[in-house]
Amino acid sequence: MSTTFIIQLYVFVLAGFVGYQVITRVPPLLHTPLMSAANAISGISLVGSIVAAGGQYGRVATILGFIAVICAMMNVVGGFLITDRMLRMFKRDEGRATRDEVSTAGAAAADVSGNGKR
Amino acid sequence: MREYIIQATYLTASVLFIVGLKGLTKPDSARRGMQQAAVGMLLAIIGTLLHQEILTYKWIAIGLVVGTALGYPLAKLVPMTAMPQVIAFSHMFGALAATLVGVAEYYHAYHPAGPRLFGLIPRVAEGIDRPKMAALGFEVLLGSLTVTGSFMAFGKLQEFITGRPVTYKGQNAANITLLAASVGCFLYLIYDPTSAAVFYVMIALALGIGVLMVLPIGGADMPVVLSLLNSYAGLAASATGFAIGNNVLIICGALDGAAGFLLSILMTKAMNRSFGNVLFGAFGAQAAAAGKSSADLTVRSVTPEDAALRLAYARRVIIVPGYGMAVAQSQHQVRELAELIEKRGGEVKYAIHPVAGRMPGHMNVLLAEVNVPYDRLYDMDEINGEFAEADVALVIGANDVVNPAARSDPSSPIYGMPILNVDQAKSVIVMKRSMSAGFAGIENELFYDPKTSMLFGDAKKSLTQLVSEVKNV
Repeated sequence: MSTTFIIQLYVFVLAGFVGYQVITRVPPLLHTPLMSAANAISGISLVGSIVAAGGQYGRVATILGFIAVICAMMNVVGGFLITDRMLRMFKRDEGRATRDEVSTAGAAAADVSGNGKR
Repeated sequence: MREYIIQATYLTASVLFIVGLKGLTKPDSARRGMQQAAVGMLLAIIGTLLHQEILTYKWIAIGLVVGTALGYPLAKLVPMTAMPQVIAFSHMFGALAATLVGVAEYYHAYHPAGPRLFGLIPRVAEGIDRPKMAALGFEVLLGSLTVTGSFMAFGKLQEFITGRPVTYKGQNAANITLLAASVGCFLYLIYDPTSAAVFYVMIALALGIGVLMVLPIGGADMPVVLSLLNSYAGLAASATGFAIGNNVLIICGALDGAAGFLLSILMTKAMNRSFGNVLFGAFGAQAAAAGKSSADLTVRSVTPEDAALRLAYARRVIIVPGYGMAVAQSQHQVRELAELIEKRGGEVKYAIHPVAGRMPGHMNVLLAEVNVPYDRLYDMDEINGEFAEADVALVIGANDVVNPAARSDPSSPIYGMPILNVDQAKSVIVMKRSMSAGFAGIENELFYDPKTSMLFGDAKKSLTQLVSEVKNV
């Protein structure tokens, strides 16, 4: 086993660990965008496809690489755009305050005006 | 020099991916995080383009353009309710790319440049060393499996393949044999990388496995399948990274693999079923046997006018959205109704069960699409304690996630699955098209509860009526 392979294994394990740490902190609210994001990132196979398509490794490899580039690029572009489209929709209620602010504001208003509306 | 630049861009790209994913831990930073990840992807592409081994840019350029032209409309034009299908579809192509790259690598090693496309596949002496073969084999095995698996998931979600689990005698045995055969090919290839025939047989077997493994899984479990396939594609990408010595691939693959795998575990836990049960348990088949008969029980149905009265005077309303809401495309009306209730001084919260809908977070996305502020959306754990104080629980097209049998009936297929405590609310209104069974194919006791009223009809129509009635109250 070459040292390169061992180092690659280190990278893999560490990346997996980092992935685990980050992803367990994603709230269920964002699970669908997470799936979409993970899908977009798996389009990193584009990198391998580019080398295959451009390396002049013979006709078969180039054709396969070419098709692979199209597929992977579709995955990347589509994936990131879909994720963005989903995330764009997650807005706080800009007009109204957040839950905590509402209850404290309500309590204060009730004190002042003497007829708090529930 | 060039090599340093390439490695530097790869390193930056990797960092951006990780930081970008971290942005997804909060809704506020999510969008920016994804943009960072996108920049990372761009850098990875640029870095690769600078690679020494690339001699012609023609095909790459054309491929990138065609890919973008296909991907862009896919993302922009598809409606939100079809999100799960689109993700499966997109996934299929990503996996296809990884597989093709593996095949190209293998072909290149054993059929060096030259017009020898036809004829027998010769055994050639030069080639691939064992570790690389292992990575390559892994890559195409997982890749092929994911291609057909994703296609099946796409089909089941889009419903041109039946959502009912398809089972037959000896199915598990057959699948395991097939799996063993392909793993056998894989091991043989490591032992003797020159046997090209075995390589292609392995791919064929893997393609078959993808189909056959997803076939017995019901449409209801597609979220788990999708997450799992996501992780396979990630692992395939990692394997590619090992094979061609590219760190960005290894890292991204690991991230993707972790994401997919974790999500599928979370999903199965939320359904309180074991992983193995989901993949191999042919869930639907059990349903035929279990389940109480309901021939002698009656349901109370209600008119939109009466339901509107109840909602208009409610102080606390909890809305439970389900797949039915998505199918009826009625999110917009739901929000209108909620706003009307709030204007009258009531409080509206949304209870989101982890497996409501077709994908994790599906309901959240649909509601966010119509501008429901995300701080009104509550997880099951957050809101389950509040049902007892709710005046009205409005269930829209949700079924199994509110079925009390999960708590009380050990013979039920959904027994043990954590559910939303809708039956604790002071009164319940269930909106449903008809009395037909939900995904699990079992009866729902909630519907027969004395404090439950059924509002039959298409959700969109019913909600529109409710909205106009509440306005008149």
